[in-house]
Order: sequence, then structure tokens, then C-alpha cells
Amino acid sequence: MARDVLLGLEGISKTYPGVKANDGVSFSIGAGEVHALLGENGAGKSTLVKMIYGLVKPDEGRMTLRGQPYAPPEPRAARAAGVAMVFQHFSLFDALNVAENVALGMDNPPPMRALEGRIREVSEGYGLPLDPARLVGDLSAGERQRVEIIRCLLQDPKLLIMDEPTSVLTPQEVDILFGTLRQLAAEGTSILYISHKLEEIKALCDEATILRRGKVVGTCTPREKSAREMAEMMVGATLNVPKRAGKEPGPVALKVQELSVASPSAFGTSLKGVNFEVRQGEVLGIGGVAGNGQDELLLALSGELRTPRDTVQIHGRGIGDSGPNDRRRDGICAAPEERLGHAAAPDMSLTENALLSGAVRRGLTKRGFIDWARTRDFAEDVVRTFDVRTPGIGTAARALSGGNLQKFVLGREIMQEPEVIVVNQPTWGVDAAAAAFIRQALLNRAEAGAAVVVISQDIDEIMEIADRFAALNEGRLSEPVPTQGLTIDQIGLMLGGAHGMHQAEVSHVHA
Amino acid sequence: MDFYGINPAVLIASLMVASVPIMLAAIGELVVEKAGVLNLGVEGMMIMGAVCGFITAVHTGSPWAGFLGGAAGAMAISLIFALLTQVFLANQVATGLAMTLFGLGLSSLMGQGYNGIKPPAMADVPLGPLEDIPFIGRAFLSHDAMVYVSILIVAGVWAVLKYSRVGLILRAVGENHDAAHALGYKVRRIRVLAILFGAAMAGLGGAYVSLVRVPQWTDGITAGAGWIALAIVVFASWKPWRVLIGAYLFGGITVLQLNLQAAGARIPVEYLSMSPYLITILVLVIMSSGKGRAGLNAPAALGQNFHASR
Repeated sequence: MARDVLLGLEGISKTYPGVKANDGVSFSIGAGEVHALLGENGAGKSTLVKMIYGLVKPDEGRMTLRGQPYAPPEPRAARAAGVAMVFQHFSLFDALNVAENVALGMDNPPPMRALEGRIREVSEGYGLPLDPARLVGDLSAGERQRVEIIRCLLQDPKLLIMDEPTSVLTPQEVDILFGTLRQLAAEGTSILYISHKLEEIKALCDEATILRRGKVVGTCTPREKSAREMAEMMVGATLNVPKRAGKEPGPVALKVQELSVASPSAFGTSLKGVNFEVRQGEVLGIGGVAGNGQDELLLALSGELRTPRDTVQIHGRGIGDSGPNDRRRDGICAAPEERLGHAAAPDMSLTENALLSGAVRRGLTKRGFIDWARTRDFAEDVVRTFDVRTPGIGTAARALSGGNLQKFVLGREIMQEPEVIVVNQPTWGVDAAAAAFIRQALLNRAEAGAAVVVISQDIDEIMEIADRFAALNEGRLSEPVPTQGLTIDQIGLMLGGAHGMHQAEVSHVHA
Repeated sequence: MDFYGINPAVLIASLMVASVPIMLAAIGELVVEKAGVLNLGVEGMMIMGAVCGFITAVHTGSPWAGFLGGAAGAMAISLIFALLTQVFLANQVATGLAMTLFGLGLSSLMGQGYNGIKPPAMADVPLGPLEDIPFIGRAFLSHDAMVYVSILIVAGVWAVLKYSRVGLILRAVGENHDAAHALGYKVRRIRVLAILFGAAMAGLGGAYVSLVRVPQWTDGITAGAGWIALAIVVFASWKPWRVLIGAYLFGGITVLQLNLQAAGARIPVEYLSMSPYLITILVLVIMSSGKGRAGLNAPAALGQNFHASR
């Protein structure tokens, strides 16, 4: 190979109890190259980059950086060698300000005053304006990511690792990010870009390495392959696209009018005058960047947050002031985003978790006593129908992988045959095949006459299954519009465009 | 200028002395909680400090050695807490409560035979003519060294938390231990060090009770001061200078009720004696009601165990 290799991996293996996370992985990244690491969840991408960043040590194999052996014992050593990483989550501190967050990611930060100046300078130089004195807890998802990127850039990295950076961004923010990344690559920085969004990889990356079950199953030049070809390499099978029935929707099932509710959490977003209707057999997709009121909307619809009676109506009857069990009786089932601890009790078995939400609609209790036989049947039924991979229904929810638990939680709600079903991030962290299955199950439920509300940050998902689309932005919901004929740009504008850009420019003028 | 037989200068002077133990224990616990650990064993660590400090001082004849002994005794018992919560990931609340019970029992055992002995006295800091300034000299400038040391410690903790890198890392660990770990900070080590610092402060506070404030050894001598210290941390919404204010407030109430008792106020003694504790409960209720600022200031990872997963 003629190109100038920056980082080389040879035969990297890592075994965790019961799983071979990486098995003889070899590839190399050239200087100034944008290299994609593609794979399903659980393919071993995260473990691999953690080894490059020194968080985990490989069992076998060796790495080289600019021809020298490279085996960082800890992230500090990796950073010293010029490797920086932007995390998918878990790396910012809400209660600290931007400058403090940046300082924590540096080994020898300059004094705060100087650092604030550098942050302004670098962030504007790369088109990512940031105010160093703002509290990170108050920033939007896109701005939070800028903090992480700036933190890396201040250390002049040779290799920048980005773990699923676009999952929380609006399309316009993605464009800004890509502009920055191209500028970096042109300046000679290599970028290792981890994602399963194929269109993005086609747009950005020079080379791609595809992982499946811990092994490299192929390499390609993304510009020369179609997204479908790459997806099939990733999954190792052909994919089914969910089918819509295309029936005419029935009468209005769920009506929400002038719903305003304060967020129960300190950094949450309150809902401000939300209005919408969903008809029987219709799927309403609610998009928006995380933290714009999605959690609050789900809580208000599921009954965990109570509101004046007429703000939430089912078949024209006000139920805003009733709790979750009353609403289940009335036909609303909901599946929140947070699976462990919200949708499911982590230390309870699947049977018990099935009972917790299914008791009312499936009649699993008799005179206050639990009918265990029926409960077990219900749990078995969910596990079988939704192909939940578990040793048995007595297994604790905590022991299931994220994707499997998501299938169980969604299955549990769908199989209660609700008239209205509300789901938040139904396929978050679920692999492509399971995601397709869940989407199909939601569509089937709609076909059977239910009104379906899908709250999701994945725009492709909404375009795939929703009949109408509305955007949630700072607690306000836009007017729902039909998804047919909607372009990504229009959606981006509905989501609030390049979030935070506006504000940053204003503060810049005043500065 | 006495009010109901209470001299304000004397009241302030005794208030400053009375608040030293709770101020020390509270500033120590503040650091521990800023690192994300909830140690409810403050009372147990204080009384271990009280008994160890007393024994050391009696045998060496030096109150300063006594303070060191007190700090060491409390740090020793806090190592059990650190081992259980940071290595074995035991529940912090239950472990802390157990440490308090254990400390009370162990101190009582160790203190056998020390009842009725007088410890070596602690001299006041000689400030010469300054002590003769009317009112101010009597109220503020005629104290033993620990009164001033404790205020310096509060100032030091404030400066370190606000301006130093160590303080920033400590706050980061208490805010989000997963993120701190991902950035390569040693969460467990930082927390153990914070626990040890908190224990040393509680031990100093306890030793101050048995060496200066009372000064003698009796079982249960700290009498709930550790609990008041815990309340002050919340009252102060995790801010060092407010710990000072809180400690003076609670110290003041304690002293005032003693003075009122001595002055023969027409309130039953029982009500006066319970007043500091009642006020503690009241403050905690007010501070934790609703989504006030106290809630925002609390370290986000407070009381959560950290386990480095893959």
C-alpha cells in the first residue's frame, strides 16, 4: 500500500466471559483518512475503539502508531500519543461549565482564563461556536457534542475517534459537523468514524471496515458501494423493509389539546401548549433532538404526569387526570425510552415485569391475588412472538441485552392490544433485523385499528413507518404534516434547524 | 449590656467554640459528598475521634497529639466504610448507619477506665493586646488554636474545590463517575481519599469535643453532633462558606438554649434541649421540599456505587 499508515491493528482479540468481543481484527488507517468502522450493535466496535483509546487492554494482537508499537495502558497515554475520542455518551458533566468540562479532558490544561480564550478561538475556527462559561446541563445535544469535539481538538490529535456522533443531531447539525471533520481531514488528522448510518458513511468516509460478531467481514470504499450492499455485509443477511397497509384512518382515537406540563427533572424541558390528534389506524411520528420534551410527553400520555382532565382525551373522553393503570384500562399503553428502571424493573423476572404492566388489560390478578399461571403464559407469549433471546421467563430483566429487553418491553405493550400505543425511541440500541421487526409490529397494531404515537430521534425510522410527522422543539409541538413528500431539509428546519447556532452568533455579537 | 442575664460577647465566644466540632465534621462530609459518596457514619467517626483523641492526649500529655490521634482513629474506622462501599460495593446508606452504631459501641469499650480523668488543657492563642479590645477581643480573639484552624480549613476547602485541578476532578467524580472513568480518572481511588479526608475532619471534630469543649470522656459524648453535621451539608447546599454559616447557626442555637436554661427561662428544659435537633429537621424539610436550589447543587452521583464495567 502506498498510503502513509498512521494506525495499524494486527490480530486484535478480546474475550469477555461468555463473549468473544473481538476476534483477530486487523486493519489500518492512513494519515488524513476518514475511516469508517461499521457494524451492528454488539459487533465489537466499541470494544475495539476502547482498546485503541487505552480503556481496555487486548488479549492478543498488536497495534502500531506511525510504525512504532502502540499499547496505551490508560487513556492518558493514548492522549499523549495523539489519539483523542469523542464519546457517544457518558463523558460530560452537567453541573460544570464548558471550560471546566474541557479542562477535565486535558492532561495539562492552561489556566482557566487562557483556556476560555482558546475555546472561543478554536470553536469559531472550526465553525462550532461555544460560550465557555455556560453550564453544560443547559446545552442542546449538538452543543454538548461540540464541547467534546473542542476538548479533543485543543490537544492537536493525530487520530480522532468518533463513536456514533450523529445519533443526537439534527440534519443541519450533521452538515456542520461533517464540514468540520472534512476540514480536519484536510489538515492531516485521521478520523475513525463509528456508525451504522450508511448514508452518512457514504457521504463522509474514504475507507470502511465492516465488523460482524467481532470479526472483520469485509472492507470497502463506501463511495463505490450502495447503502444496501453495505447493510447486507453488516447484517450478513438480506433485510426486510416494513410494509404499510395503506388503509384509510378511522375516527380520532387520541386527542391532546393545550397540554402544558412542567418537567419533573431539573434539566428537563417543560411542555408548552401541545396539540395533536391521532386517528385509528394512523401512525404519528414525533421527531426532535433529545431533551426537547420527549420524555415529558411520554409521561403525560402514559399517566405518570397528571394534567387537567380534558388535555388528554381518548375517544373524546377526558383522562388527563387519571393514572397509568386507569389509562391502561381505557386503552392507552406506553413504552418509555429508558428500559432498565423505567420500562422494566431490573431485578425482577420477565414474568414479574410482564405482570407489572399487563395486569389490568390481560386480567392477570383475581381479587387482589396474582394469577401466576396466566401471567407466565402471557410472558411466554411475548417472548415467543417477539423472539426475545432469554434463557427463560424467570430471568431477571437486568440480565437481558438492551436489544432483547427492548423487544420484550415493546412486545409486552403491543400484545396488550391497546387502542392507543405510545412509544419513545422504540428501536434505540436494537440491531437492524430486530428494529425492522419492531417497526412491523407497530404497523400491524395500527392496521388492527390502534392509534400509534412513535416518538423517535431517528428520522429514517419516522419516515419509514409514520403517516404524519410533527417536531418537538423546546417543549412545543409543530403542526403535524403528512410524511409523504417530506424532504430531509424540511424536517431539519422543523426540528429547529442548526440548534444553538443562532444563540451563539448573538452572544458573539455582544462579546 | 446583658440581655436576660446573657452577655452577647460571651455568647458569641461560646458559639464559636460550640460550632467547631460540627463545622469540622460538616466540611469533611462536604468533600466526601462532593466526590459522590454519602457517608452516614459521621457520628461514628466523630465519637471514634473523641475517644482516640482523648486516650492519646491523656497518655502523651499533649492536646495536639490528641487531635492527631483522633483523626487517625476516625480514619481507621472509615477504612472499613471505604472497603465495604468502594471495593465490595455495599449500600452506602446501610454501611454508614452500621459504622455509626459500630463506632458508638467501640468507643464505649475503648473508653472504659477513662471516665473522670481530665485531659491536658489546650491553651488559648496568645494575641496579646488584641485580646483586650472591648467586646471583639472577648468574643472573637480569645480562643484556642482549633477555632481558627477550623475556619482556615473551610477556606482551604473552598479554594481547592473552586480553583484547583484536584477540586475540579473531585467534583467531576461526584457529578458523573462514568464520564470521569471514561476520561481516565481513578474514581475509586479519589473516593477513598475523599472518605479518608472526611474521616480525619470528623475525627478532629470529635477530639475537640472530648478535649476542649466538654472536656472529659463519657459514653456517647458527641450526642448527635455528627447528624447535625450531615444536616448542615444539605443546609449549605454543598457550599463551603455556607457550612461555616450553618455551623454557627446550629452552634448558636445550642449555646443559646444552654444560656437560656442557665438564665432560668420559663420554657421547660426539654424543649430547649431538643431545639437544635428540631431545627435540624425543620431545615432539612425546607431545603428538600420541592425542586429548590439545594436539589440542583447536590452532586448528581451522590450515594451511587461505581462499578467499572466494560
